[in-house]
Amino acid sequence: MELILSAGIGALTASGVYLLLRPRTYQVIIGLSLISYAVNLFIFGMGRLRVNAPPVLEPGGIGDLARYTDPVPQALVLTAIVIGFAMTALFLVVLLASRGFTGTDHVDGREQPSD
Amino acid sequence: MTDWLDHLIILPILVPLAVAAMLIPINERERMLKGAIGFASTLVVFVVAVILMRFAAAGPDSLPGTGVYQLGNWPAPFGIVLVLDRLSALMLCLASGLALAAQVYSMARWHTAGHHFHSLFQLLVAGLNGAFLTGDLFNLFVFFEMMLAASYGLLLHGSGPVRVKAGLHYIAVNLAASALFLIGVSLIYGATGTLNMADLATKIAGLAPDSRRLVESGAAVLGVAFLVKAGMWPLSFWLPTAYAAATPPVAAVFAVLTKVGIYVIIRLHLLLFGAAAGTSSGFGQDWLIVGGMLTIAFGGIGVLASQAMGRLAGYSVLVSSGTLLAALGLGHQAMLAGALFYLVSSTLTIAAFFLLIELVERGRDAGADVLAVTMEAYGDFDEDEKEEEVGAAIPGTMAILGLCFCLSAVLLSGLPPLSGFIAKFALLRGLFAMPGSDLATAMSAADWTYVALLILSGLSAMIAMNRIGIRTFWASIEGTIPRVVVIEITPVVVLLAACIFLSLEAGPAMRYMQATADDLFQPIVHSERVLSAPRAGGR
Repeated sequence: MELILSAGIGALTASGVYLLLRPRTYQVIIGLSLISYAVNLFIFGMGRLRVNAPPVLEPGGIGDLARYTDPVPQALVLTAIVIGFAMTALFLVVLLASRGFTGTDHVDGREQPSD
Repeated sequence: MTDWLDHLIILPILVPLAVAAMLIPINERERMLKGAIGFASTLVVFVVAVILMRFAAAGPDSLPGTGVYQLGNWPAPFGIVLVLDRLSALMLCLASGLALAAQVYSMARWHTAGHHFHSLFQLLVAGLNGAFLTGDLFNLFVFFEMMLAASYGLLLHGSGPVRVKAGLHYIAVNLAASALFLIGVSLIYGATGTLNMADLATKIAGLAPDSRRLVESGAAVLGVAFLVKAGMWPLSFWLPTAYAAATPPVAAVFAVLTKVGIYVIIRLHLLLFGAAAGTSSGFGQDWLIVGGMLTIAFGGIGVLASQAMGRLAGYSVLVSSGTLLAALGLGHQAMLAGALFYLVSSTLTIAAFFLLIELVERGRDAGADVLAVTMEAYGDFDEDEKEEEVGAAIPGTMAILGLCFCLSAVLLSGLPPLSGFIAKFALLRGLFAMPGSDLATAMSAADWTYVALLILSGLSAMIAMNRIGIRTFWASIEGTIPRVVVIEITPVVVLLAACIFLSLEAGPAMRYMQATADDLFQPIVHSERVLSAPRAGGR
């Protein structure tokens, strides 16, 4: 499970960084989204991977803490997802505005001759 | 927490947040009403910040609730806390004072350039204050994002292709930095099991070697995120373009945004990697020294190469950041007080300069600067200018603008007698007054390089400001005298007057900075204060 998760995070980050460095705004936004997915998984992984362990205590007693997983990273991931979503939406607006002003989707607002 | 004074600490976050929400439904045509409400809110924040700073000046124990505000009345490290000490009180005052000036300035005309200016502005103030007050790494991320989201909106305020292009780059860079921020935070959490800064400081000395490696790499990743914000070379190429493209009041508050990065680095570096951190002590200092010095050099060259005043101001921001980062990296305790003084003085100066630029340039056409410098380079002087009328009285507006420009030049280049000089003097004195007594052996090569760079950066600022000042005020370039409204020039004058006040009252100010620096070098005392703060209403 650890191997699959780390390989997944690695693949997402690698594709994200590649796309982030591309010259088209759409590629940049997809790259940023992929990076934010990778980061969310990474935060989740930092709470250690556990199967069948709930993050919330059951009603009526504390019980054995070893049966529960760390709830803090899950709460952090939720916050990070919300903020990441908002930022993606905002970036999308700027992307469209830039397209409207310059008539091109190049990040510098003008076509490079070599592209 | 029965006493209302205890709740004073959270007001700088709550008030602007509530006002920002309140302003949204008000019709955009009621701009002056919105401006007045926003102004009142920022004024409240500023007054609260000044009260808090007065409390903090007397020492952390005299603060309401000893400076720790437990949200939901849960003690640290389980609950989220806001922590106020001398450093955060100082930053609160600086940020809200700047915000006040920028907001007054914006009400002359700039807030009409787009929608929801005042709401965004209040959100920016709330995010800034939250970042200064929080005692928790993840909350720091949340407040950072709040501040950045508002700054994206404000940078785009006024729209136009130049701003949208600069905004696109600015947002992309900062979103990538935010991802790094999260990676750093979660690495630190994974290795130590806590996000509370005070708790981290106590845990870091007793870490196992493999956890320590994780914490250090987490801190390094986190550091990159803050250095992007602070504008360290080579993470700073976005900065001059973005700052020059922003509308003047926005650029003025952006001058303090880079200082948020510096603030967090000062805070975390001394808390986590101070003398008490065992083998991790002094982690990352070499990077700060090299990066900071390269930033000064890059900024200094940029200042000389700038043809427009906006970019000159942007590069001055970099010089200021580099000076602070390298001073922190050198790690001499005696320098920190001077560095804090420099932080306040340079931020006020640069903000005033950003506001001034637009007033000065209003009466001129945009290409004039580029043309002037190019003409200078090719030796093609305009001889006809001598036929201009000699001895004509300088109109009042130009005299005030010129005076403000001169003061900014003196402050930026660090010439006596103003606070820019006092700040650099305090930095150098801290460097020279080290315990080793014998100067030649006590100071390393890095120290001498820093001295040289500090002085050269002042020289480059002076040359650049001279050149632009002469071109603007002495050479007569056709153009009308700018029409300047009183509420536009007042903020500039007030900010510069604050610098003059800082020069006159340098003694008390330096004592405050020294007390702040002494606090910062005692991370364990700080941690115990936060962790042992009593819950309200007893147990």
